[in-house]
Amino acid sequence: MVTEQHIWQELAQVTDPEIPTLSITDMGIVAAVELDAQRRSVCVKITPTFVGCPAIELIRREIELRLMRLPLQEVRVEVTYDPPWNSNRLSPRARELLRNFGIAPPPEYTGTDFPLQLLQEAVPCPYCGGTNTVLQTPFGPTLCRALHYCYDCRQTFEQFKPV
Amino acid sequence: MVPPLQMPQLPPEALPALKDLLYRMADDALIIGHRHSEWTGLGPILEEDIAFSSIAQDKIGHAYALYRLLHELGEPEPDHAAFMRDAPQFRCCHLVEYPNGGYDFSLMRHLLFDLAEQWRYHLLERSSYEPLAQLAHKVRGEIKYHVFHATQWVVHLGAQGTEESHERMQRALLQALPLALGIFEPSEYEELLAGHAIFPGERVLQSHWWETLLPILERAQLQVPPLETLTPAYGGRRGQHTEYLQPLLDEMTEVFRSDPTAQW
Repeated sequence: MVTEQHIWQELAQVTDPEIPTLSITDMGIVAAVELDAQRRSVCVKITPTFVGCPAIELIRREIELRLMRLPLQEVRVEVTYDPPWNSNRLSPRARELLRNFGIAPPPEYTGTDFPLQLLQEAVPCPYCGGTNTVLQTPFGPTLCRALHYCYDCRQTFEQFKPV
Repeated sequence: MVPPLQMPQLPPEALPALKDLLYRMADDALIIGHRHSEWTGLGPILEEDIAFSSIAQDKIGHAYALYRLLHELGEPEPDHAAFMRDAPQFRCCHLVEYPNGGYDFSLMRHLLFDLAEQWRYHLLERSSYEPLAQLAHKVRGEIKYHVFHATQWVVHLGAQGTEESHERMQRALLQALPLALGIFEPSEYEELLAGHAIFPGERVLQSHWWETLLPILERAQLQVPPLETLTPAYGGRRGQHTEYLQPLLDEMTEVFRSDPTAQW
């Protein structure tokens, strides 16, 4: 019999195609797992990091493929904005993995609406830990990443954007 | 069985009003997204090329999400809504249709449009139509970045650049302002939307926009003509468009229309 725990274990194996060290559970993309009483049918709700995230279809397919290996009759994956994803949903493990991958994690904030002043605050460099850094542009190689420059180690680095 | 999707309660008379609002928003986002994407590979510096391309991607994502809401309300699938209609069926404003022109006009349009978007989505966060309120909350966080980008550059080129950059931003403002007022072209549904607490209306939106715009233009040291001297470019919300929209649609839809049933 499939349990909710089995499903979460499978979901923890699904990674973000743009940052493959991160699983979708670490990223807080899974909003809900709804298993019916007979445990034959499941609906997974995912909340995208950005509305236009091109990875969401790949993630959806990967979830379906994995869950269809379990003894279930129906697997559905729905995109939801309830709750809307925000960068506070990144787990402590995700933040650590991002740093190791060379991407600065976003600063945490209180509430659900990130203050724009956060963009002006120095982000610690993921390479040298220096804080003599500056935001170069909030638009990077993917929608969820910004570019910063570190004056300590004189390198450009990426940050997972606060949102 | 998983219970079916809960459809929100919507009074039947509000349905055409809601669809009209969603089409305006979706079409605006799609067309400005397409225009922004035309800067890909042509931006004046690499960072700006990436900025406009990223914003384009966000906008097209917003358009897709809005067409999806429309589809849930019985309208065609998102790809068909985006690619199978011709200009008279579009509800976008003239501002988004205009060709990119120079970087001056593109940046000014970006500021005027996104400031309105930011307010529109802010007002919609309290919409009685729950799916739209949820989307609005999500989108507003993204638009903060768009407004941040536009403001930075308009202020920079207006107040901290050269005489030429200042003059060009001033000219761009004068060209774009009447077009931007077309964003707020009232519809026949204003009272219905406000009455059902779906959306407080274009007039409310415009006054918020104007109040927030003025201090930014002041920081950019640009002269703002009095509002009453400007003639808003209306018509887009009723399907009357500039000569620029149909050629854009022809180009954008060419591949899709060559085989609408193809699987991508």
